[in-house]
Amino acid sequence: MKILLIGESRDNKVLETTYELTGFAGAAAAESSLFFVGSPHDLPAVSGRLYLADVAACGEYNPDLHRDLIVRTVAEENPDAVVFLHSSYGWDLAPRVAAALKVAQISEVVGLVEGGFEVGCCNGKMRRTVKPATARVVLTIQSGAFPVNKEGGSPQVVALAPPVASGRVIFAGYEAAEARAIDLGRAEVIVSAGRGVGKKDNIPLIAALAKALGGELGASRPVVDAGWIEHSHQVGTTGQSVAPKLYVACGISGAIQHLAGMKKSDFIVAINKDKDAPIGEIADVLIVADVLQFVPALTAKL
Amino acid sequence: MKILVCIKQVPDLESRFKANSAGVWFDETDLAWRMNEYDEYAVEQAVKLREQLGEGSELVVLSIGPDRVVEAMKKALAMGCDRGVHVQDSAAAVKDPAQIAATVVAYARDQHFDVIFTGMQSQDRGSAQVGVLVAAGLDIACATTLVGFSYSDGTITAKRELEGGLKGIVKLKTPALVTCQLGLNVPRYPTLPNIMKAKKKDIAALPIESLLSTPPLAATVSFHPPAKKGGGIVLEGEVGILVDQLLGILKEKTAVLR
Repeated sequence: MKILLIGESRDNKVLETTYELTGFAGAAAAESSLFFVGSPHDLPAVSGRLYLADVAACGEYNPDLHRDLIVRTVAEENPDAVVFLHSSYGWDLAPRVAAALKVAQISEVVGLVEGGFEVGCCNGKMRRTVKPATARVVLTIQSGAFPVNKEGGSPQVVALAPPVASGRVIFAGYEAAEARAIDLGRAEVIVSAGRGVGKKDNIPLIAALAKALGGELGASRPVVDAGWIEHSHQVGTTGQSVAPKLYVACGISGAIQHLAGMKKSDFIVAINKDKDAPIGEIADVLIVADVLQFVPALTAKL
Repeated sequence: MKILVCIKQVPDLESRFKANSAGVWFDETDLAWRMNEYDEYAVEQAVKLREQLGEGSELVVLSIGPDRVVEAMKKALAMGCDRGVHVQDSAAAVKDPAQIAATVVAYARDQHFDVIFTGMQSQDRGSAQVGVLVAAGLDIACATTLVGFSYSDGTITAKRELEGGLKGIVKLKTPALVTCQLGLNVPRYPTLPNIMKAKKKDIAALPIESLLSTPPLAATVSFHPPAKKGGGIVLEGEVGILVDQLLGILKEKTAVLR
């Protein structure tokens, strides 16, 4: 199999997640080349051909233009698969490329099976095996599903001629993440609240357990979106990535974006009523119980 | 100005799922249904835009699926959509994203919507493709994963959620499609008077055959739970005993209890 990987850059720097793509190429035993809109001064450490479009000419975010460059590269490379990360860049760009190439896109790939792909569904609770009906396929791969491959090498750079800047979506700048009141990355213990906590009034129960364990309070996305806990406490791909000695997930079902931000924790305890919740997949201990009963009982014994 | 919002009805994701007899999607028996969470944000933003524009604008809600999806559409109408379009398809669950998008495109092509809202993905399939594919099919501008939206004089300013709390600001001219991320706004609860009013709003029914004629580009061959990785301990029982068991484990396996 021959594949074209779509690397990612932000602010002239290679994103580390690009090396999950090379990991996927290794898992698929595929011959790979890489397409990359980025800076010529910070290239991904990969071997093989690297199709480089200079971000200075292409713009930081210009989906129509990035799509056209990828379509051009596909014509040159003739790959069986065009592989993106299942990230904000991949979500935005992969379907545009699939539509332009008139081929199937298979999203959120977590594994490879004979003649097809294993993908997540139902909020990560279930899996589907999907087979494309088109000869070529566009894939987005789930972060963390394939090992990082940073073996390096020096790429053979193929510079793509800077296109005439055009496009209907005009990039107008970044808005930095809110200043973090707390740095969860340094915490040894994190006790996080999820939707299963029920309501804002119950958050102090979780905070009390965090305090009793000498740790910090974390939160899953729905709890932050609902305004129960500030964003600076959010754990996951759109919040902070953490790896404490102990992570206690209270009423968190385990959306993939949350798992990606905390699964490197040394020891994971999950408290959930739902025995099938995806958090159980990565927890060292899953307590099947009502968080509102269990958490105060645990706090009382500490 | 014409606005379209596309919604999907999904099962309660807290449910236990098991494969249907064909083994390619879940069995629908005993499932409770609701509007896809991402689409609630899309409906809210569409209603807000409709309110901003006032008289002379129209907001249409579209859904594809069996008769049960009308319930989700009624909620959207009670939130403030003007009328509904129900694309009747008892086999919508096995359509691939390209087919769902082609159906919306076939409906919307001659309607000249100025702004189309969708959720960024569905909670059950999660392909995050349909909105972008619709924009591609209609050849209109598109921005995804919105956590901020404003409209003025034919230009949308959108805030896109990237990774690690970073956001990207983009501007696009209508006609345009945007896909909505959780947290974009605070979806309203329909009030009783609005629920009553919604009962009188029109929902047009269109058979899927009138809009879709293309085959799928990919096929699901199996639906199953993830392989258990093993290693993790599952504890069940009385809370007091569970607490003691957990404390024992934490003392043995971690250095955090002193």
